[in-house]
Amino acid sequence: MSEEITSRNSIDIEAIRLKLERDGGKRMWRGLQELSDTPQFRDAAEHEFPEGADSNSGINRRDVMKLMAASAAMAGLSACTKLPTEKIVPYVRPPEEIVPGRPLFYATSMHQAGVAVGLLMESHMGRPTKVEGNPEHPGSQGGTDVFAQGSILNLYDPDRLRSVVFESTMSDRSTFASSMGNARVNFETKSAGLRILTGTVTSPTLGAQLKKLLAKYPEAKWHQYEPSGGDSVREGTRMAFGKPMNPVYNFEQADVIVSLDADFLTTGAGHTRYARDFARRRDLAEGPGSKLNRLYVVEPMPTSTGSVADHRWALRASDVEGFARQLGAAVGVSVPAGAGTSAVPADAIDAMGRDLTAHRGSSIVIAGEYQPPFVHALAHAMNAALGNTGKTVTYTESIEAEPVNQMDSLRDLVNDLNAGKVSFLVILGVNPVYTAPADLNFASAIMKAQTRIYSGQLSDETGQICNWQAPAAHYLESWTDGRAYDGTVSITQPLIAPLYEGHSAHEILSLLMDDVPQSAHDLVHTYWESQGPEKGRAYEAFWETSLHDGIMSGTALPAASATLRSDFVQQAPSAQTAPSGLEITFRPDPTIGDGEYSNNGWLQETPKTVTRLTWDNAVMISPATAHQLGLADGDYVTLQLNGREAKGGVMLVPGHADNTVTVHLGYGRSHGGKVAAGAGFNANLLRSSTTPWIATGLQIKKTGDTYTFATVQHQYAIDPDTQGGGQDFASETAFRRDLVQIGTLDDFKKNPEFAQNESNQVEYHGPSLYPNFKYDGYAWGMSIDLNRCIGCNACVTACVSENNIAVVGKDQVIRARSMHWIRIDTYFRGGLDNPETYFEPLPCMQCENAPCEYVCPVGATTHSPEGLNDMTYNRCVGTRYCSNNCPYKVRRFNFYLFSDYTTPSLYGVRNPNVTVRSRGVMEKCTYCVQRINAAKIRSEVENNRLIADGEIVTACQQACPTEAIVFGDINNPNSRVAKLKAQTRNYGLLTDLNTRPRTTYLARVRNPNPEIRA
Amino acid sequence: MPQIFHRSSNFLSRASIIGAVVLLGLLTLALWEITMSPWYTNQNLTVQQPVPFSHRHHAGELGIDCRYCHTSVEKSSFAGLPPTQTCMTCHSQIWTNAEMLEPVRASYRTGQSLSWTRVNALPDFVYFDHSIHVAKGVGCTTCHGPIADMALTYRAGTLYMSWCLDCHRQPEKYIRPRSEVFNAFYTPPSGNQQLELGRQLVKEYKVAAPQYCSACHR
Repeated sequence: MSEEITSRNSIDIEAIRLKLERDGGKRMWRGLQELSDTPQFRDAAEHEFPEGADSNSGINRRDVMKLMAASAAMAGLSACTKLPTEKIVPYVRPPEEIVPGRPLFYATSMHQAGVAVGLLMESHMGRPTKVEGNPEHPGSQGGTDVFAQGSILNLYDPDRLRSVVFESTMSDRSTFASSMGNARVNFETKSAGLRILTGTVTSPTLGAQLKKLLAKYPEAKWHQYEPSGGDSVREGTRMAFGKPMNPVYNFEQADVIVSLDADFLTTGAGHTRYARDFARRRDLAEGPGSKLNRLYVVEPMPTSTGSVADHRWALRASDVEGFARQLGAAVGVSVPAGAGTSAVPADAIDAMGRDLTAHRGSSIVIAGEYQPPFVHALAHAMNAALGNTGKTVTYTESIEAEPVNQMDSLRDLVNDLNAGKVSFLVILGVNPVYTAPADLNFASAIMKAQTRIYSGQLSDETGQICNWQAPAAHYLESWTDGRAYDGTVSITQPLIAPLYEGHSAHEILSLLMDDVPQSAHDLVHTYWESQGPEKGRAYEAFWETSLHDGIMSGTALPAASATLRSDFVQQAPSAQTAPSGLEITFRPDPTIGDGEYSNNGWLQETPKTVTRLTWDNAVMISPATAHQLGLADGDYVTLQLNGREAKGGVMLVPGHADNTVTVHLGYGRSHGGKVAAGAGFNANLLRSSTTPWIATGLQIKKTGDTYTFATVQHQYAIDPDTQGGGQDFASETAFRRDLVQIGTLDDFKKNPEFAQNESNQVEYHGPSLYPNFKYDGYAWGMSIDLNRCIGCNACVTACVSENNIAVVGKDQVIRARSMHWIRIDTYFRGGLDNPETYFEPLPCMQCENAPCEYVCPVGATTHSPEGLNDMTYNRCVGTRYCSNNCPYKVRRFNFYLFSDYTTPSLYGVRNPNVTVRSRGVMEKCTYCVQRINAAKIRSEVENNRLIADGEIVTACQQACPTEAIVFGDINNPNSRVAKLKAQTRNYGLLTDLNTRPRTTYLARVRNPNPEIRA
Repeated sequence: MPQIFHRSSNFLSRASIIGAVVLLGLLTLALWEITMSPWYTNQNLTVQQPVPFSHRHHAGELGIDCRYCHTSVEKSSFAGLPPTQTCMTCHSQIWTNAEMLEPVRASYRTGQSLSWTRVNALPDFVYFDHSIHVAKGVGCTTCHGPIADMALTYRAGTLYMSWCLDCHRQPEKYIRPRSEVFNAFYTPPSGNQQLELGRQLVKEYKVAAPQYCSACHR
């Protein structure tokens, strides 16, 4: 089986390159396997499921039939089981506001690398079930990202630490509290040796507590280490302005944006808001007159931001500095040139410089979190030179309670540990044994502290070797506060009491210093009373309002003056010639971060943007460099860096920079839980604290083994030309129809209807044997704007959460059995080295003439009077005819009992309004029919009023940070969706099949600089 | 050549054919009877409850409105089961020492909920909503039967899909004025008069009575 699946070695890079060149760069393609027409790709294209996907290896069909005969006979009787007896357990005293059967929504916030992100939580009878963005929060404005969507599964994670553990034996809360109380008494006389390690702290309350603790115990020390934060933003402002500051960008006002390896749409402080602001400037509602922004990106590894850029160059991470120097010189920053970067032609840099200077005060230069501080300082200098400071870029005081260089802070701690100066180490919510760079050897250093106290969600690598393990409360179980990207104070309020004796950081600190330990609620509540003018009743009103809104209004930090230090250029590391040797870049994983979400099945199975890899990290490398090094896709290799070693599978990534390798962190967990076990490799083992993000001198050695990845890129491919393609496709188009419509702004101005052609016009009405449906009431439809989509996967994860979609595991993903109802199809155009990337989110099309409906022998999929293709699980007998007949490949079949029926803690996360599907039934996107029905019932109960436009939002639409998905009633010409569908960019997929899809797309319009030749 | 089969084979073959048909018919009948029997549907069967609560007494004799206890019936899918506190509003004053009510008092004392056995239960793949039915003029007793006369509560209908569809196909047969929805003693007008009233109300209340799958299954 696996040999068939990984026929990698048949990929001939040079042949592909030739083919693509012959084609003139206009051909759309999906990946290397398709381009070389490997048997694997053929198989995936011709069959919906790979050969053998519907059989168990080792057993042939006859055997299965024999074995099944008896159970099949019994299965007929299974419908005759009596309904089980159910209990109803009412409240004794009903809590206020709860109406059984109706959800409640509460504002709260979560911290991503310390930065608060505003959320609105759906709660069913006291059980949080779904994360949404808080529309009133400046950091989200209602949008979310994959981490926020997935975070709720961490709450119900069955592997969570369930009780206090002392020396590997079960203990309890009160024993822990009294032990901490004893320690406190000792500290009052002698506090030397007490160390606290936290992540980035933006919580004003926690900051105040820590400062109080340090004042009380003068010899104690507080260290901070946030594994994915990156010190560069902080240190960059320190270099540029002499003190750590917090840059806040306004992408809505920016006409021209240059990203220096910054994936600002999906990572870093404020990315959800930035994505929303950015997308608002990709809107073409005003037709050809719309003012589009223009985005230039240089980056080593293709990201969301790079994929939506108008111009992108693949640049090694270490070459970005040289590029930044050149660009700086072009916009008037006096900086000596660095080593030349050949990847970006000089005339392109000049053109960018002209474009930026033409948009003084309305442009942005932004540096990536994992670029060195000097690149950040250069970006700040460019923004100052371009007059952007104070307009599109403002600086506030740091949002952190105590901004320090965290790598230095961690190094100090390790040095003190090794010097025996630490006797009592408290680790709050971070996992340094796993996340710290290998050269610090944290695991052995930590053992030198006599008392090691760990508070975390799992008994992870750090927890394992600590004396005390106290379960940490999930953010949905605890009170705290934090600052958003612009400083807005965001309250975190619990939705549920701690499931497993969870402690918040506030409570542990209180145990260590207060005579009468206080609860987290009281600490946060009293802290803010001490800060503001309102006291007593007035304060309570303010507090209630803040809780309700999720934010304290008016707490965004004011813009502070940021004067560029004249001598910042002198602090730069001397411009060196580009280092020779292979480079390696470390990045947090796009779906599981630095390891915080390793044990999260939803996020493990979410295909990563561009590579569409699941359940793994990979040694990602450009096809050219791989060819040079003699590496093939799927080779299992040893990575050696300065005497350290790790092993992983090679993955060829078109668009990756040459002579460099990217690996994602967060994988290879030894104690990360059952889901994380066995996934990927630990890249932290290669890192050093001096060069934590970019290092050179990498050696790659083949082990001779191969590695199988679970990528979904070639699965469920729509309409590939499998008849004549492959062998000589230069003369043909890859796809018979144009699935992604792309034009430049010029094309659009010349012909606003460029996206329309015979094969995709929505109004196509071919002859049909079936009568047309009539829709007297509502007719639901969806519009997806490809110009806004950034391929971030928030919709995919939101759909999983809303619709109880099962996780299937790596083995099943390889067999094309992943269950996602919406997927982000990814297409490339142009050469292998730097192709253009296009995302196309694909839910069910809800066809008017639905091919699935006609073939169901049992009437399990039917047409609703509002135009939905209903899927009735309890009728489905699993013939899979519907899936076979679906041209869009959006139907998913439960080959096994994928839903977890046996783990009690996972019951909690399920949406009570959606059936949990069993084995043997088909499922698919329903346009969130549970939300439609709820709104319909509400409107009819309320005097049969009409449903307002925007009253129903689907889960994908609600999660989308860029507002790319709009759902509504297409019978109402004034609805947003009807207006979008009336735009000239509107087109449908495969409409020449006369399916008449309800989901349609708005064509992508690029805005390249005419001065730069692509 | 002698006959291979004895003459009686004719009879046997005929009998076995007829017998098979009859047997199949009987089997079908038996299965049908089983599926429609109270043993299988729980129709008309009372169940053991922690307290032998009598709707006849409370709703019938005392005339307490349905919504006094089933508070969310007009605003939620779930009609709501009264919390112990609701019982104690009266029973802290009357029948305070009745032995029958000890579980209620114990619940109130200890904070442990009463655990009732569900009488009207639907399969998990059915999403029924009380609020919309009540708003469209479907009375409590239309589905729940003569509740004001039930000493112990039982399921009045089979709760089969055919039972639901009976009304969804012809709502005019059952619909009553909204003012009468919570009237436990309502008697519909007989025969054609009900149909006439029903048709008028269906129009007035805009009763759609959906019959497509996703109305209830999702």
